[in-house]
Formats: sequence, C-alpha cells, structure tokens
Amino acid sequence: MATLVDNTAGPAKVEIHPDNYKFLQDYIYRESGIVIERDKHYLLEARLLPVAKKRELNSINDLCGLLRATAGPELKRQIVEAMTTHETLFFRDPGQFEALKKVVLPPLMDMRRTSKRITIWSAAASSGQESYSVAMMLLEMGLKDWNISITGTDLSEQILARAREGKFSQLEVNRGLPAPLLVKYFTRHGLDWQLKDEVRRMVNFRTFDLRKSMRTLGPFDIVLCRNVLIYFDQDTKKQILEEIRGTLQSGGYLLLGGAETTLCLADRFERIQAHGSVVYKVV
Amino acid sequence: MSRAMVIDDSKAIRLILTRTLCELGYEVSQAANGAEALRSLERGPAALEGYTLILVDWNMPEMNGLEFVKRIRANEKYSDVKLMMVTTETQPEQMIAALEAGANEYVMKPFTREIIEDKLRLLGALQ
Repeated sequence: MATLVDNTAGPAKVEIHPDNYKFLQDYIYRESGIVIERDKHYLLEARLLPVAKKRELNSINDLCGLLRATAGPELKRQIVEAMTTHETLFFRDPGQFEALKKVVLPPLMDMRRTSKRITIWSAAASSGQESYSVAMMLLEMGLKDWNISITGTDLSEQILARAREGKFSQLEVNRGLPAPLLVKYFTRHGLDWQLKDEVRRMVNFRTFDLRKSMRTLGPFDIVLCRNVLIYFDQDTKKQILEEIRGTLQSGGYLLLGGAETTLCLADRFERIQAHGSVVYKVV
Repeated sequence: MSRAMVIDDSKAIRLILTRTLCELGYEVSQAANGAEALRSLERGPAALEGYTLILVDWNMPEMNGLEFVKRIRANEKYSDVKLMMVTTETQPEQMIAALEAGANEYVMKPFTREIIEDKLRLLGALQ
C-alpha cells in the first residue's frame, strides 16, 4: 500500500530562542568570519533548517542543542557550507567583464607578450561560474596558446567539487551566459550542460579561508573578490584587502562586487572607473 | 520609449513577457505567430520605427520562430533590431541554427524574470 508523505509541510515554525541566535552568531563568526546581524532570523532559518532536517531535528533550537553537545567536524562543515554558499551566475555584472576585456587585459597582454603568462584568482569561486566566465572570455580574446592560470577558491569543498565537475543545469546556463558561448564551450549531457575540457583545464579549484594568511598564494595579475567582503566585519575586510594586495603583482588589478569598495579600508589601490564599473589598480 | 514585440502562440507566455518588458520601460506589441508579427511590422512604412527588441518563440502555427528570424534578417531595414528566441527547444543544434539565422540571444523555457533581464543586459537592451 502506498503511503502519502507530505514533504511540503516540514517542521512547524519555531522561533529561534534569543540565546540560540547569539550562540549561532558567535559560532558562525568563529568558524567562517561571517557576520550575522541582529535581524537575520529568516537567513538562519532558510540556510540552517535544511541542515536540521537532515539530522531529523525539528528546529534550529534543536540544532543548537546538538551543536553545543557535539560539534563534530561533519556538522561544522555542513553549517559553514550552508551559510557560505551564495548565488552565482555566468558573467555576473557584465560591466566588470567589459572593463576586464577593454581596460585591464590589453596593457597586461602587451606587457606579457613574451612570457604569455597571466595569473588570475577568483577568491569566492562557489560553483565556478566566475572562474569559467573569465576562462571563456580569455579564449574569446584569442589567448588560446597563452599560459593562463586561473585559481578558484572557496571555503566550501562541497561547492568546489561541483565547480570542478563543470556540469551546470539548464537554469544555470540560461542565466548570464551568452548563447554563442554556450554552444561553443558546452556539450549537452542529459538535462545538464557539460563544460568542455578546453575551458575546465584552465582553472584549478582549492579550498581557502580568506581570513587566513595569503602568503602561499599568488602572485596574481588579477584578483576577483566579488560579493564576499559584504559578509565580513570592517576589521576582517581590512585584513583581507591587505592580504590580497600582497598577492598582486605590481600594477595588478582587484575587482570587487558592485556594493563593495576599498575606500576607508585599504590604500595603495587606484580606483579606476570603466564601463559603468570600478576596478582597483595596485599602486 | 523603445518598442518591443513579443511573439508566442501561448497567451500566458505573451502576458508574462509583456509585463516584464513593460516594467523594464518598453512599449510592447504582441503577436501569436511569425506571420502575424510580420503583417503587423509591415503594416506601414514607419511601422517598425522605434522597435529595438523582438522576443520570439520557436514552435508556432503559420510561421515558426526560426522562419521569422530568417525573414527579419533578410530585410536590411531590420538589421539593428535585437532578436531573442524564447523557446522549449533546448538542443545545441537548434540553438546554433537560431544563432546562424540571426538571433542575437536564446533563452530556454522555463525562464524566470532574472533570466530575461540577464539576457537583455547582455544585449545592451536593458533600459
């Protein structure tokens, strides 16, 4: 006999107890550096209820109980990943890609016409769309025979495993990716779209916590650190920007998200406006 | 105000796309298939003036979207119009055929408003 299960109902909504809210704020800050402000109950619920449900817990309060009792590495990983995985799409903010193509890359290519080497870091790579967008753009610019190294990093190993695979759903390739590039660099794979090896091999993904020392990274010609600083407090932002500057070659460029700036956080960056966006040049 | 046309044999899809484009600042006309759209565009010598964008489905009675794209691109006076196919056809070969015929962009159904906006941004058609 078939049993009907209502998967839509989920656990009854239970308010997060103020003590638990504070506990989660501290815990998430300690483990990932992400600042959860006072009124982000919906965010915690949206991100952490699925983690609770996976463990057959009915509420975030129960999840906090478990976390206090046994903060095992697996649960810690799940919570950090749930809080840090963010939306990404191909060619997000086309103005910045135009600025890369027309302002940042031409002088760099001129400078490197002998070595033909360019190094790029995508610092919040998530499922890889940004890194792969840059790779496709460079191929379209005719740099096929150049020695291009793109490093994509993220805090979440789970999301990077997806990025490495280079397989994207129809919904994902529908967003932001120009159709001519879709047919050129992807093959249809069932319902998904598989990125061709020619693009995949240009990018290496590895986990990295932006709050850690970046001495082992770089040097890079271009760093994309977009839409990630917004999650950190001022001191951490300053520290990250200072470290990033240390990974950049002289004359290298930093690209931040549209709502982010180096202003009051880091000096020694020249702010250059181009194509409706801003790029920051190391001075 | 720029003008756009939405061509789809589904009234529901026409309404969704029309509403989206109106909210993005377009004055929008509708047609239920390629032939009706061409008749509407050819109604007078100045009929196409101001049209900068056409969203067109693939599978429609009378004249399908691919044929419509070919007809539009065969006429020089329409060369500046941005053409975007919005269709359930999702095979790469079909996409290539549409792009070779002169479509500027291609959206696979189902779509979201964000997808339409992202694609219009790529075309420089987001006002």
